Amino acid sequence: MSQTQEATETTQSQRDAVTDADVTLIVGLEVHVQLDTQSKLFCNCSTAYGADANTQTCPVCTGMPGTLPVINEQALKLAIKTGLALNCEIANYTKWDRKNYFYPDLPKGYQISQFDKPICGAGHLTIADPKGAFETRAIQIERAHLEEDAGKSIHDESGAKKPTKIDLNRTGTPLLEIVTKPDLRSAEEAKAFLTELKLILTYIGVSDCNMQEGSLRCDGNVNLHINVDGQKVATPIVEIKNLNSFRAAERAIGYEAERQLRVWKKDGLGIGEAPKQTRGWDVANQKTTPSREKEGAADYRYFPDPDLIAVVTTDQEIAAIGATIAHLPSALRTDLMENYGLEAYDTEVIVSQGAGVVAYYESVADFLTKSASGSKSPGKTASNWVAQEVLRYLNEQSCEVGDYPVSGEQLGELLVRISKGDFDQTRGKDVLAQMVENALDLDAAIEKLGIKAVDANEIQSLCQQLIDENPAVIEQIREGKGKAIGSLIGKARKLNPNINPNVVKENLLKQIGI
Amino acid sequence: MQIEQLSAAQIVKRISAGQLSAADCTQHFLDQIRGQNDDNGAFLATCDQQAIIDAQKIDSAIAAGKSLGPLAGLPIAVKDGICTAGVTTTAGSKMLSRFVPPYDATIVSRLQDAGAIVIGKTNMDEFAMGSSNENSAYYPAKNPWNHDHVPGGSSGGSATAVAARMAPVAIGSDTGGSIRQPASFCGITGLKPTYGRVSRYGLIAFASSLDQIGPMTHSAEDCALVMQTLAGHDGNDSTSAQVEVPDYMAAIDGPLKGLKVGICKQHFEEGLGDEVRKNVNDAIEVLKSLGASCVEIELPYTKYGIASYYVIAPCEASSNLSRFDGVRYTNRATAENLEEMYSKTRAEFFGEEVKKRILLGTHALSSGYYDAYYLKASRVRRMIKNDYDAAFESVDLIVGPTVPTTAFKFNQHAADPLAMYLADIYTVAANLSGVPAISVPCGFDSAGLPIGMQLQARRFDEATLLNAAHQYQTQTDWHQRSPQS
Repeated sequence: MSQTQEATETTQSQRDAVTDADVTLIVGLEVHVQLDTQSKLFCNCSTAYGADANTQTCPVCTGMPGTLPVINEQALKLAIKTGLALNCEIANYTKWDRKNYFYPDLPKGYQISQFDKPICGAGHLTIADPKGAFETRAIQIERAHLEEDAGKSIHDESGAKKPTKIDLNRTGTPLLEIVTKPDLRSAEEAKAFLTELKLILTYIGVSDCNMQEGSLRCDGNVNLHINVDGQKVATPIVEIKNLNSFRAAERAIGYEAERQLRVWKKDGLGIGEAPKQTRGWDVANQKTTPSREKEGAADYRYFPDPDLIAVVTTDQEIAAIGATIAHLPSALRTDLMENYGLEAYDTEVIVSQGAGVVAYYESVADFLTKSASGSKSPGKTASNWVAQEVLRYLNEQSCEVGDYPVSGEQLGELLVRISKGDFDQTRGKDVLAQMVENALDLDAAIEKLGIKAVDANEIQSLCQQLIDENPAVIEQIREGKGKAIGSLIGKARKLNPNINPNVVKENLLKQIGI
Repeated sequence: MQIEQLSAAQIVKRISAGQLSAADCTQHFLDQIRGQNDDNGAFLATCDQQAIIDAQKIDSAIAAGKSLGPLAGLPIAVKDGICTAGVTTTAGSKMLSRFVPPYDATIVSRLQDAGAIVIGKTNMDEFAMGSSNENSAYYPAKNPWNHDHVPGGSSGGSATAVAARMAPVAIGSDTGGSIRQPASFCGITGLKPTYGRVSRYGLIAFASSLDQIGPMTHSAEDCALVMQTLAGHDGNDSTSAQVEVPDYMAAIDGPLKGLKVGICKQHFEEGLGDEVRKNVNDAIEVLKSLGASCVEIELPYTKYGIASYYVIAPCEASSNLSRFDGVRYTNRATAENLEEMYSKTRAEFFGEEVKKRILLGTHALSSGYYDAYYLKASRVRRMIKNDYDAAFESVDLIVGPTVPTTAFKFNQHAADPLAMYLADIYTVAANLSGVPAISVPCGFDSAGLPIGMQLQARRFDEATLLNAAHQYQTQTDWHQRSPQS
């Protein structure tokens, strides 16, 4: 990351005078995404997670002398697809380079990566906050390149000094490293970027983005630009490694911003006056700590990998890959707002759950809209039910929308019945619960609950009963305390759970004579 | 005629016809090895038991009337830098003294599928770095024509094995001349195919963009026979070409009438030994008598070949050899911590020449030096390639000496590594440009040491190369001479 600034000398009193308003946080992110391929980047070994150590290896990914890499075309396609979704320029000519360094979990002594001709060039991703904490804006992406993952070193932490173990199952797994420009200005923006990125990646199906399994890993480059009497001073850049959750990223960047200001106020050292530092996020103590690894610029001696040939991709091939991208989240947000009249917040609730939930929502809302049920705002009604009922279930059961036992059409039909006044919302939720728990269809659930249409005579006699038994309440209503009617409706529901409260209310008022 | 004097083509013919048992033939060559290896060091290992088992399978197949591969029963020696499943593969290095590959190189599988019998692993300069075999970490192979002289390198063991009649065919690898230079020194025929013609999968890499596997035999005809099996695309090697493989055995019989041969001016300038010059000129006369027309051509940038080569090859090697770090496959030095383990292992188990080249390559790729060395060398390489492209617009072949001299004595260049590097002066350009080249015996110097002529052709035109070499060998008998054992 290049943020070279002229170091500007400052005095203690100048630094003491600096307030938060003088400080701009500068953040760039490097995100490693594991692409969802069946096999590794340069051999046929499986990329499945969780297998016994070293069972998914072969001579190629263990770096046996004499072996050679062969590119996995699928990884290349997924990389291009990602690049297109991030508005990146896609390279017609891309090549492979070796990044040389020694580490026991790097079997060849070099990592095959891309140096000067990455598959994806400049692009951008737009972030927005429905709550308005920051302005909607496009975060510039510098590049995205393909590389192979290293293996895993398992160090002995028992204190018994047992040998470190190496698991090479992960070695050679395809990673796309997405690098942003130092364009983010707050920890919230960084979190929003990561959230939106993950959403896009899962929408287009290039990665499962499972952070627990390491499918999405993030490093952040953080420093401050401080306005000192009209002069811009930059603090030394700190790289925070392995931010393994969005929350960690947000907290670590926030912490780092405070820490850098604190340190600078004390020592006044600017960029170039202190070495670039690598720090890690200590979750337990909620602070960043210096990494043990050696400081100083490593020389990776990049050079073109002579074992691989350059990849040439035509514009037609790129377009064909682009055609496989369905709607992106940003387009869906617009669709939901325009077609269903949803507010930004409700839209976000649906869209952030992924393409499956959006499709489900649309089927519910479409059904309700087309049924001419008289629902005043079918989009909003559908969104309420999906957000409150469906998403709650998915969350509780930790399952996908495809596993939800009630189809979108069935839920839509349920909402139609409510809208027509067959029963009220509360009763509707009982019906839905029956459908979910006992896998019943709508009519079976209604029948099971014994819900029947209550005829006009029954309502009339019910209302009369309420009037006769509650003279005090009736008196209050007559005196204009409209809210008092609520208690009567509650009583009515106890007498007959199938009544429609609105109908009861109308009848009551009529019979009282108001 | 003794079995060891037969050509590969004759051996296959006799075995297929049931006139010679494959097991007897294999046993005969194993005996040849046992009788000579202590003296000439051609082999690092032999596959005595497995070779006989494999040969007996061929004999059973013949007895059962089954169809046979094109190399049925042919004993073959394989350079020790090429992986053989279950057979120790050291690449001439102490680093890999206990490395037993779990897989076969593509060419080993292909040879075995064609019926060839792998009889042993031949000696070589450590990781193919050297031109004399003196850099073998075990013992040097010796020139069968005179044991005081080197066999050349790095495929010196393969050249010695064929010249000393310990194997009718040996497989070598050529990064800057490592097949052709020892072939020239030992009086045999050695072909470095076009880059990409033969799969490198399983060849322990020295310099990946230059390495190429090829046959080392008594004659061009035998090279053609073996090339038919070696050549062709391999899905395991991204740099292997998808170019059709012609029928080499059919191609070698054509007449040379109309063949345009270029004589490269730069190959006959200062530094070329008089006896080599004379014999190569005589050989050119033979080609003319066969109907070839000769013109002088220029390859002006080839004079920078050695300089370019000694940047590119060490750069690639420094990275290729990183995997030998003591963590897997290799020997490991005892140490207190990781860094010490790395440095001690590499200090202890790499030889001096290998260390020298790793240092050279590491330096040349370092930040701040890359442009001046690697990038510049790559540009020179491109210009050399352009030289060849221009030359092959007007000629079909380029002819000249393989090496400026005949085999030198052991230790002769110990004090002057540059003189040793110049042994590759005529050969490196073929690797840098990727063209195929063959060395064929064309006489002897007054000390009785063989002289080689090099022919180079257009990329993927091994057929023309083999054709000219074979026709030359129909008129000469240099390739049929044997050293007195």
